[in-house]
Amino acid sequence: MKLAFLPIIAGVIFGVTAPILVYFGNPGNMGMCAACFTRDIAGAISLHQIGTLQYIRPEIIGLIFGALIASFIFGEFRARSGSAPIVRFMLGAFAMIGALVFLGCPWRMWLRLSGGDLSAIAGIFGFLAGVIIGLVFLKRGFSLGRNRPTSKIVGLAFPIFAFILFALLMWGVFDNNTLIKESTKGPASQHAPLIISLIAGLVLGGIFQRSRFCTIAAFRDSILFKDTHMLQGIIALIIVAAITNMALGSFHLGFINQPIAHNDTIWNFLGMLLSSLAFTLAGGCPGRQLVLAGEGDGDAGVFVFGLLFGAAFAHNFAIASSPAGITANAPITVILGIIFCLIVAIFAKERRV
Amino acid sequence: MEELDVRGLSCPEPVLQLKPLIDKNVETIKILCSCGTSSENIQRIAKNHNYEVNILENGEDCVYLLNKKEVLG
Repeated sequence: MKLAFLPIIAGVIFGVTAPILVYFGNPGNMGMCAACFTRDIAGAISLHQIGTLQYIRPEIIGLIFGALIASFIFGEFRARSGSAPIVRFMLGAFAMIGALVFLGCPWRMWLRLSGGDLSAIAGIFGFLAGVIIGLVFLKRGFSLGRNRPTSKIVGLAFPIFAFILFALLMWGVFDNNTLIKESTKGPASQHAPLIISLIAGLVLGGIFQRSRFCTIAAFRDSILFKDTHMLQGIIALIIVAAITNMALGSFHLGFINQPIAHNDTIWNFLGMLLSSLAFTLAGGCPGRQLVLAGEGDGDAGVFVFGLLFGAAFAHNFAIASSPAGITANAPITVILGIIFCLIVAIFAKERRV
Repeated sequence: MEELDVRGLSCPEPVLQLKPLIDKNVETIKILCSCGTSSENIQRIAKNHNYEVNILENGEDCVYLLNKKEVLG
């Protein structure tokens, strides 16, 4: 087996950075969560009204710009779009809903495990089940069709959106009379200093762009092609994050009383199943989609807008879980999401001209 | 020689379309793909299956010529 240099480096840097971000103020086992942080951004721009979940997370902006800068430096910025945008939007929305029932994206799932949170294990099994279901359909010829090269400005539209978020964040820093909202209590009020978060995001965005780091690809390619290239990065992430958590005293083994998590096995399983099925059909995990959006993929940008919409929907209609457990609306929504994904998986095929 | 056009397809579709040709031991495969992730995956799987990878074009699209290597012994 060849060692996968870049994915392992990415996993190691991520594994060190995430617990350090928690040490500097981010919520427990949430050093860097693509879903939770996008949800906080949705709150900050008033797409939902939960007072404790509103902050424009600089990590996400950094991630997008890190990917953008790396792609320009290495000549890999490629403006492209046109592959089933509406389906990608809805997959993004359902992926977020599943993630918010579980309470974390696949990144945070591994970070929860590396912090000793054993309630993440049900999510991990759901994650694997979602990937495997997606693979069955990929093998049958599932496809959202091709994207096409497009004008540079189309590829830059999403980074421009990220820049607007950054401008809004800065407005809040220098002027209290701002349009955006920022939590004063609850998870979104817990954050590392802005500059540290931004730099962490930039570094991770750059290394994720270079390494193509993707939690879905790690398992998908291992199962499909016995290609462990990306899996090695995930293993590095889990080991290094666990060691860093132990060194920082933030490793607490157990199923209950874990930070921002619940121990409802069935819905941890099914929430993550929905999420990972949607990610598999869309071609990559939420972090990967953010990075792709940064390097000019307009369809990945649409997927991220779907994530924002899903976050708003999940909180406006009391679907998202809390440490107290799932809500009454969660099961029906997760089931509907799985049905939607299955319908897409069955019927979407590339039209060959 | 087989030709395969997988430009613009999401991961892992490009490799999924290439794999059956590799499994059939096709000697020479010309493949058009989008540069980036899918092209790296294609090169990796080709090399893992004992193909020599020649880069014909490396611009907006990538064009590769995969040649099955002689297995000695």
